Amino acid sequence: MFRAAWKSLLGRKLRLFMSTFAIVLGVAFVGGTLIFTDTLNKSFTAIFDNSVGDVVVRPVGASDAESTPTSLTIPARLVDALATVPGAARADGNVSTSGLFVIGENNRVVGGQGAPGIGVNDSGAPAAHGVEGLQVVKGRAPVGKDEVAIDAATVRRANYDLGESVRLVSAGKKALLQPRLVGIADFPEGGSLNGATVSIFDTRTAQNLFLGGRNAFSDAWVTARPGVSQQELRDQVAKVLPQGYEAVTGDKAADESASQLLEAISFLTIFLLVFAGIALVVGSFLIVNTFSMLVAQRSRELALFRALGASRRQVTGSVLFEAFVVGLVGSSVGLGLGVLLAMGIRYGFARIGLDLSGQRLVFGLRTPLAALGVGLVVTMVAAYLPARRSSRIPPVAALRDDVAMPESSLRRRLLIGSLMTLAGVGAGAVGLFADVPKQGYWVGAGALLAMLGMAAASPATSRPFMSLAAGTYRRFFGSVGVLAGQNSLRNPRRTAATASALMIGLTLVTTMSIAGSSAKASVDRTIERAFLGDIVISNAIGEGFSPQVATLAERQPGVRSVTRFRSARVKLKGDRTFLTGADPRALTDVLRLDLTAGSLRDFRGDTVLVSKKVASNQGYRIGQELTFRFPEGPTKLRIVGIHDAEFASYLTTLDALRRGGFAPQDSSLLIKLDPGARASDVKAALEKATAKLPIITVKDQTEYAAEQRAPIDRLIFIIYALLGLALVIAVLGVVNTLGLSIIERTREIGLLRAIGVDRRQMRRMVSLESVAIAVLGALMGIGMGLVFGIALTASLRDEGLEVTRIPWPSLGIYLLASVAIGLVAALFPARRAARLEVLRAIGTE
Amino acid sequence: MTTVENAPAPGPQAPVVAASVVGLTKVYGTGAAEVRALDGVTLDIAAGHFTAVMGPSGSGKSTLMHCCAALDTPTSGTVMVGDTEIGGLDDKRLTRLRRERIGFVFQSFNLIPTLTAQENILLPMSIAGRRPDRDWYDTVIDAVNLRDRLDHRPNQLSGGQQQRVAVARALASRPAIVFADEPTGNLDSRSGAEVLSLLQRSATEFGQTIVMVTHDPVAAGYTDRVVFLADGRLAGELTDPTREAVLERMTAHEARTATGRVES
Repeated sequence: MFRAAWKSLLGRKLRLFMSTFAIVLGVAFVGGTLIFTDTLNKSFTAIFDNSVGDVVVRPVGASDAESTPTSLTIPARLVDALATVPGAARADGNVSTSGLFVIGENNRVVGGQGAPGIGVNDSGAPAAHGVEGLQVVKGRAPVGKDEVAIDAATVRRANYDLGESVRLVSAGKKALLQPRLVGIADFPEGGSLNGATVSIFDTRTAQNLFLGGRNAFSDAWVTARPGVSQQELRDQVAKVLPQGYEAVTGDKAADESASQLLEAISFLTIFLLVFAGIALVVGSFLIVNTFSMLVAQRSRELALFRALGASRRQVTGSVLFEAFVVGLVGSSVGLGLGVLLAMGIRYGFARIGLDLSGQRLVFGLRTPLAALGVGLVVTMVAAYLPARRSSRIPPVAALRDDVAMPESSLRRRLLIGSLMTLAGVGAGAVGLFADVPKQGYWVGAGALLAMLGMAAASPATSRPFMSLAAGTYRRFFGSVGVLAGQNSLRNPRRTAATASALMIGLTLVTTMSIAGSSAKASVDRTIERAFLGDIVISNAIGEGFSPQVATLAERQPGVRSVTRFRSARVKLKGDRTFLTGADPRALTDVLRLDLTAGSLRDFRGDTVLVSKKVASNQGYRIGQELTFRFPEGPTKLRIVGIHDAEFASYLTTLDALRRGGFAPQDSSLLIKLDPGARASDVKAALEKATAKLPIITVKDQTEYAAEQRAPIDRLIFIIYALLGLALVIAVLGVVNTLGLSIIERTREIGLLRAIGVDRRQMRRMVSLESVAIAVLGALMGIGMGLVFGIALTASLRDEGLEVTRIPWPSLGIYLLASVAIGLVAALFPARRAARLEVLRAIGTE
Repeated sequence: MTTVENAPAPGPQAPVVAASVVGLTKVYGTGAAEVRALDGVTLDIAAGHFTAVMGPSGSGKSTLMHCCAALDTPTSGTVMVGDTEIGGLDDKRLTRLRRERIGFVFQSFNLIPTLTAQENILLPMSIAGRRPDRDWYDTVIDAVNLRDRLDHRPNQLSGGQQQRVAVARALASRPAIVFADEPTGNLDSRSGAEVLSLLQRSATEFGQTIVMVTHDPVAAGYTDRVVFLADGRLAGELTDPTREAVLERMTAHEARTATGRVES
């Protein structure tokens, strides 16, 4: 039996390969994601191993504030005291800041987007486990306020030489620093900053620049004497620490930092896994389809096995065995492709500044296990239905001329499919609109169930469309059209299953298109309604910038007011939330804040404005005090107003944020002009004033709206990536189905050729059939995507997605794309059909 | 039913040749595996006649038909269909020739399963973009006696009915020649007789040229002329054959083959 199964496999290599391709893709995404995540993990952990001491002492709250820079410090006295703790060899205070970027000779920020820019003092402390940390290896250590040392990779990229004056953009008090480069730093024992830039100053200078001149430190490293473990030393250190400070082992601190960074890029992992999921779900459709067709084609052969005495189980087993081999091959190829994918992602990351080339790819045991497991399970599960059906072929079928595969009735499919769709839609609705835990899972499972249900019901539901298509073809393409139309009606299950493969991709694409265009429209509306300022200054990288920029802006002629905005991630009643800080003085110049309660006059000091939505959700009222967790500790802010804008759920004053311990860094400046001042003149003046700070961007209202839409444009880019994937898989599915149909219909094609169908007509016939399948899939997908998209945007109405906008032109393009898919997918099968030798085709059994 | 005015006008000099082959040779394979399916066959097919090609399996009768019907290309020799030499034609011209000048009836799987009987009958003309001649179509439908079955699909028809649909399809476009390859091979004797007499009437009443490949003496008995093939060569012929005469010739031929090689 297995010999026979094996032979049958070898005889159908190409067909099986095509059906496995989706599995290959899916497994590649799974494998690539795992490899890359592991590599990233290892690499990040490696960097942070170099950047922690044996024990790290820091102010409590400094690590709570997420990535918002704080002004919390450790006094120098305490650092001196730490050096005398039993087991400590030495203790060194570190000054560190983020948002310090090196500007290269080409006036561009080194590292561009994403990679952190770090400024530190030259403490000379050894890193954990006696590893030598980043040190000056060329030139000398910086001394005084006009000298700096920079890490070797950054110096190379910025194209600076020792002795040159370099430009640094700081988020501290002074925006532009121009010290002389006196030293180049590197890891003496090897190591990589993965693209981060590090600038080193002497301790006094660093304190002046980043800590407001206090003799204090951001944190301190305590180095263990030989034989003292990190944990032992930590316990000793903890004993002497006053309230407000904490000690952690270096290993733990490194882990924390690494996982924070990993979390920051987790969107990528999710994105890749979504790809993997789509590829696998669609792949399983293709496998069901392929195996159904192979079993149908071999039904007489399988019946013969049964007639010769094979049991049902043996027949099922032989089909499943084929699936096993196919799954194994597909997964292995996929895993190999996954390695390439991981390398590709690594290369892509290097391009945007996160250079991981120092880290070799990491293969955890879970990578091959997960990849093979996923590929095998999906393939076998998908092949199970056709395999089980194959066992129901009666032995007598071997002797009959016309073997019909036992099929479940279309009515039953319609019933089951409809129920599944309803259940899926119901689950989705619960997840979107009801208050249940794990809403994402409800929505995801509901969507999947609805799609499977649609696919199951589609042989019945697609009939009207296929009849319509057949009618249209008859009308416009004559007898070739009739034949094509009838062919696609001939096996509704097969046609619908093939179309379903395309449906899934297009459902997602349509849903996301609707979400994207609705979000864009909502952003535009919010800005149009609430934004009164004329010019916005912000940081291209999205990090804070120096308050000096605002001072600079205020001095420009034509500027009436400059309103500073800052933002901080804080905890409120245990939940993380976003707190915006603004300068109350000229706030109404630049923002329309219509208060439904309270008064803007009270908005000063420790007060907060909340949005109407938050207020009604949380039951806030005027005069109530909210306790936020700030770096300096819990802070009470009194609610003085409720506004009805769609942004700034919590809006407080700059004073409150500063007192709370957040570093004084502005995130954006809104500028109102004097009456009569020309926006373009002022903008030009502002641009000139900030020309030496390339991370600062000056935008007018239109440009600002465009900038706010930029994240949505990235979403749209993802949509097109998804579309591409969906198209590739769909093409494979259609190629596969058509290819198999043509093999089945060899004699019929021979006959048609004998009675005068020429090759062009034959190709057209196959193409028309293919287009019908593709358009069916597109219509199902777009239809379902419309439902999902409208539901999704409706559920996000409370989150500020006020407008639901359906991008009809894009949907039209998707439909046209499906016609193109049909044509492309038909190329190979059509050629094959046209090339069949008439005589041999007629003679085929 | 009018018949005579629908028949192809007979030329002034009879008999007109509908197709002819000269020195037709077809070789499959090379070297030790070489098979000479046809070995220098020269033959005229008279217009308006029902001709049978007979011979045992492997005698080359099917290859002869395939070459005449522009389905296969000869190794050497010439094939004329009407006044067209098909040797130098490319696939496009061969297809057009089949579409316009040739009709087919095969042993089995003759019809497109997705189309109704009527659509099957009109298919070749519809593919060629020609309008069917209404009168001729009615004549053919009445001749095959399928008027009440026209909207049925092939799987709703009996084997004999299916084959009659196939004959109607072959006749409908009024081709120069209809080739029938064992048209009764899959039918019971009664259905077979129906199909054969239909073919016979097509020749006598409509003047349709028909070439039928068969190994059934009964079938051959319906024809005007039987051509015998053996080992790829002509092995004699009979005019106005009867079943008995054909049987006798076949038996004699087999006896001769048993005693040694035969010359044509």
